[in-house]
Amino acid sequence: METFLQQVVSGLATGGIYASLALALVMIYQATDVVNYSQGEMAMFSTYLAWSMLNHGVPYWIAFFATVAIAFVGGVLVQRVIIRPVQSAPVLTIVIVCIGLLTIFNSLAGWIYSYVIQPFPSPFPKAPIKIGRIVFGQHDLGAIGVTLILLALIYLFFRFTSLGLAMRAAAHNPVSARLVGIRVGWMLALGWGMAALIGAVAGMMVAPVIFLEPNMMAGILIYAFASATLGGFTSPGGAVVGGFLVGVTENLAGTYVSFIGTSLKLTVALALIIVVLLVRPSGLFGRAVVHRV
Amino acid sequence: MPALLEVEGLEAQYGWTKVLHGLSFAVESGGITTILGANGAGKTTTLRAVCGMLKTTGGIRFDGQDISGKATEDIVRLGIAHAPEGRGTFSQLTVEENLRLGAYARRARTELADDFAHVYEYFPVLAERRRQVAGTLSGGEQQMLAVARALMSRPRLLLLDEPSLGLAPLVVREILRIVRAINKEQGVSVLLVEQNASLALELADHAYLLETGRVVMGGPAERLRRDESIRRSYLGY
Repeated sequence: METFLQQVVSGLATGGIYASLALALVMIYQATDVVNYSQGEMAMFSTYLAWSMLNHGVPYWIAFFATVAIAFVGGVLVQRVIIRPVQSAPVLTIVIVCIGLLTIFNSLAGWIYSYVIQPFPSPFPKAPIKIGRIVFGQHDLGAIGVTLILLALIYLFFRFTSLGLAMRAAAHNPVSARLVGIRVGWMLALGWGMAALIGAVAGMMVAPVIFLEPNMMAGILIYAFASATLGGFTSPGGAVVGGFLVGVTENLAGTYVSFIGTSLKLTVALALIIVVLLVRPSGLFGRAVVHRV
Repeated sequence: MPALLEVEGLEAQYGWTKVLHGLSFAVESGGITTILGANGAGKTTTLRAVCGMLKTTGGIRFDGQDISGKATEDIVRLGIAHAPEGRGTFSQLTVEENLRLGAYARRARTELADDFAHVYEYFPVLAERRRQVAGTLSGGEQQMLAVARALMSRPRLLLLDEPSLGLAPLVVREILRIVRAINKEQGVSVLLVEQNASLALELADHAYLLETGRVVMGGPAERLRRDESIRRSYLGY
């Protein structure tokens, strides 16, 4: 029982990481109908920015918020400069452009920062907390907290601000959005900016656990896809729940199913994607999107 | 009365097919003008052209200002509201959110409460359905929502595209009655596009007849309604 609970707890910890990147994916999908395959690499690149600031002696939280701000501006720029020209192109074109971005960010990071694995500090204390016999890492708890705060902020933004409402309107029905005077192009850019911001936070929360290197997000992006698919690409809350579920499932499968171990863990995520797509394509909390023909 | 909207020699095409061939008409300030014509005559295209939703040549002036070639968002901000064909409501958002979006382009947010009160006075049923998702409204209610949302921007010119489409005659009468009230009480000029000519001519002061992208006749609605030969050959009733 104790092992079980301990595995659930550490599953939740990794799940928090998947959840935050899944949140970024859902964010862009909600705002612009695009699945951004380069989300992980953008997050990784932002984390490197934070890392070089920290290396120059900038205090953690200043570096944190500066990175978040730069990531936001970067996301807006990527949309305006690279995505906008292909916005009305077929889906496949946009997918290819996103994959192109993925390789660009990846090799750019390798070129600037090299492929040497770097440690990245956590803002939370190292000493683990024990409740009964179960051990909680403070960084894990902190990262989960940060993810939940992000989710709450996103919810409040979309639910209660005019800008959030306008972004939802622009995503659902761009033609009508223009007719009420919403600058749809900028709403899409804003969506990318916010996703990049969330990704940057995810990156800075992951890096202390898995260390910093250009390929750090490759596996995590797949888990994030599994999370978003499981929770539903149309539901930010669903994506977060999906993240925790994937984290726990993966961990339990690794512990209790002997042939899976650590080496086949990623396969669990892929299997999950396929099963969800077969059984409930809109995910646990998603709405089926009906396109009029 | 001076013209609020003046269109001159308007031409537009979809791909290689020309659909408007040098259209000219005017909407008088404070009045209701209607454009009549059969399916495919170019009525919807004309409204879309006024709102900058497609590429056109020719002159479009709103309140003396040239608006041809401007972006839809900017045209709308000048005081033109468009309740489009098929109603164009945000079907996944609530009635209240739809109305809030109607006022999005307006700077003065302080008077929002007044506007809601106003609009709910004209359309009491929308007040009842306030928290309901727009996609679950009946066709008539959705059309009301489209007009109400347009009204929220405090427009000077309201473009209405086929408000009668797919609705029961009684519902259509109710909606048009409200449009007339809005026109009289708020001084909003209206440009109405309709297939149902008899209804539109009853409502409008001025009418234009459109045939395959050209204006074939224009004049006071009264005259078109009385003229039997026009009625028979063009309006079919």
